[in-house]
Amino acid sequence: MSTAAPLRRSLVTPTTLVLVALVVIAFCFLLQRFLFGLGAVANINPGYPWGIWVVVDVIIGTAFGCGGFAMALLVYIFNRGQYHPLMRPALLSGLFGYTLGGFAVIFDLGRYWQAYNLLLPWHAQLNSVMFEVALCVMAYVVVLWIEFSPAFLERWGFAAIKRVLDRWMFVIVALGVLLPTMHQSSLGSMLLVMEYRLSPLWFTLWLPALFVISALAMGYAVVMFEATVVSKTFSLPSEHALISKMSIVVGWITVAWLVLRFGDLVARNALPLAFIGSISVFLFWVENAMFLAAALVFITPAGRASQRASFLGAVALLAGGSLYRLDAYLIGYQPLNNWSYFPSVPELMVSIGVVALEVLLYLIFIKTLPVLHGDAARR
Amino acid sequence: MTEVDRRDFLRGAGFATAAAAVPTEASAAIARPPKQISPQAVGMLYDSTLCIGCKACVAACKEANKMPAEVPATLTGWNENTWDSAEDLSGRTLNVIKVYRNGTAEQKDHEINGFAFVKRHCLHCVDPSCVSVCPVGAMQKDAATGIVSYDPDVCIGCRYCVYGCPFGVPQFDFSSALGKIAKCEFCRHLQKDGKIPACCDVCPTGASLFGPVKELEREIERRTAAAPGTPYQFPRGKIGENRPPNAATIPTYVKGVYGEHEAGGTQVRYLAGVPFPKLGLPTVGRQSPASLSEGMQHTIYQWLIAPLVAFVGFAFLARRNLALHHDDDAPPSKEG
Repeated sequence: MSTAAPLRRSLVTPTTLVLVALVVIAFCFLLQRFLFGLGAVANINPGYPWGIWVVVDVIIGTAFGCGGFAMALLVYIFNRGQYHPLMRPALLSGLFGYTLGGFAVIFDLGRYWQAYNLLLPWHAQLNSVMFEVALCVMAYVVVLWIEFSPAFLERWGFAAIKRVLDRWMFVIVALGVLLPTMHQSSLGSMLLVMEYRLSPLWFTLWLPALFVISALAMGYAVVMFEATVVSKTFSLPSEHALISKMSIVVGWITVAWLVLRFGDLVARNALPLAFIGSISVFLFWVENAMFLAAALVFITPAGRASQRASFLGAVALLAGGSLYRLDAYLIGYQPLNNWSYFPSVPELMVSIGVVALEVLLYLIFIKTLPVLHGDAARR
Repeated sequence: MTEVDRRDFLRGAGFATAAAAVPTEASAAIARPPKQISPQAVGMLYDSTLCIGCKACVAACKEANKMPAEVPATLTGWNENTWDSAEDLSGRTLNVIKVYRNGTAEQKDHEINGFAFVKRHCLHCVDPSCVSVCPVGAMQKDAATGIVSYDPDVCIGCRYCVYGCPFGVPQFDFSSALGKIAKCEFCRHLQKDGKIPACCDVCPTGASLFGPVKELEREIERRTAAAPGTPYQFPRGKIGENRPPNAATIPTYVKGVYGEHEAGGTQVRYLAGVPFPKLGLPTVGRQSPASLSEGMQHTIYQWLIAPLVAFVGFAFLARRNLALHHDDDAPPSKEG
């Protein structure tokens, strides 16, 4: 029987202190942003109204938060209970990926003090893809906290509440699979309005499918990445046996994604554009090479058996999925009037600070709450 | 006055490829039906051949909309905010005149060794992307006049309208802690008092002409049907209004009317003597981008049937599987 337990380690370490410092730096720049405007901190401009705070912190950040979604689909919908030990750490990374994505939206919004208009029914604009994304993401953040709440309830012994929650957990689990399917595909649909501004290498009617499938693949990759890093860092027994079994699923999802990606390019006659020399074309190939490398690792028995290869495969998948999103939103997009964009140092420091906060909270939670597979954590 | 960059044109060619690479049948099948222009729609006709580049329209626009003068960093040495020198649309400029220049730039409205002016502001699309993408409805299109208006008290500042506009029109003021979107609203505050948009009111040659789109379309037909060199009375201000016209001759126009079909049609139309892409007007296909993105969303989410069916299916499976592995999901914590 698998149980979860807090990891008995010190909260104050050199790593956590560095993370705290990065978070403090980010908050200083955010103060500057709130006092003097977005332009005082970020390099976003009329040609690139969205920069890394949107694309990295929200579009890519929430894909990194898809671990909970991906594992819930496998464990509860496809009934693969053997992967349950990976469920809570996956939910935890999802919890922070999404909560901090939502936080990033607030400081990126130019008129954040009116953000509550999103929740007022008389302002709802049902044709807007972003309206759907916003509501879905907000709902999913709530769902993630409820899905994860047994960890708190166990820690502080609220048995009665937990019994009620257990009875209704199937509703939460169903929402926890439905909502990410909806908004991760909609993050692709958000680009459908860019027909005349996005390169045909990325603009396709299949954007919603490509986004949700790659989000799912990235969700499994995050779980594999995190399980390996945590077991190495804290010298815990490896979860590789479990990960190795799961990776065949990831491999075929990645293959499906590549088939759709290239099948669509061929069907639209857009593939010749991938042989014109330019930075965006180069990144197109890097992005797809990452997916291909991951697919090759995960569908071959030798690749799955090797812990190192599997880890690198997960890294390749995360890098490929991130680059795909960056390309679709910024690199493959053609601005009017020759604007260019590269993030400023303060802008980068804010995004780095958000990631640091995510890692910091993750470490605090696994050390204080029953998250990790108990038999390992107690050693 | 900024020069229209040659790279704009090259980029324009890129968009044309983009439009061609999406199979139109598939895209048209997904897209919802195109929106039709209102019979009472108002618009503008900008005739580049009549424009003398005086920029009276830019100054009048700033005054009418209480926008500050803009001075590019390169000019601050001698220009201390006394002379507005806006180079492009921005959070503080709703209307701007730009120039195309080629070779010796000797002849007006000639593509080779010539020059030409172009006016940029909101085109008031028939099926606007900005209205479609705005999550809170801060962008609205008036059902009768077709004016696309902006409400800063509703806007959350997400800037999806800036990103999504195929013409690069809405602008966010990044330099202010309380920035908002800026875009031409056809001076709707002046129209309430029976006035016309400031840019058309002050235009000395009738290059910017205001009026009902239907009448502007007839005016375009008259101009393009007449032989070049024919004497012609170009109306000024508002079409049909009894202002003395500008007596001149019909120029040689390039083929087509920019804005007639672009992105599903717009209420601002352009006539010019130099090809539109050279003037920096983006090459945009006929299908409105909003019709495609809304068509896709409405296909996936029609009556919320697909999400509801998926939810019921997921809930059924989750309930069964949670019961099967109940012990796994309720791990008794030994630490407490």
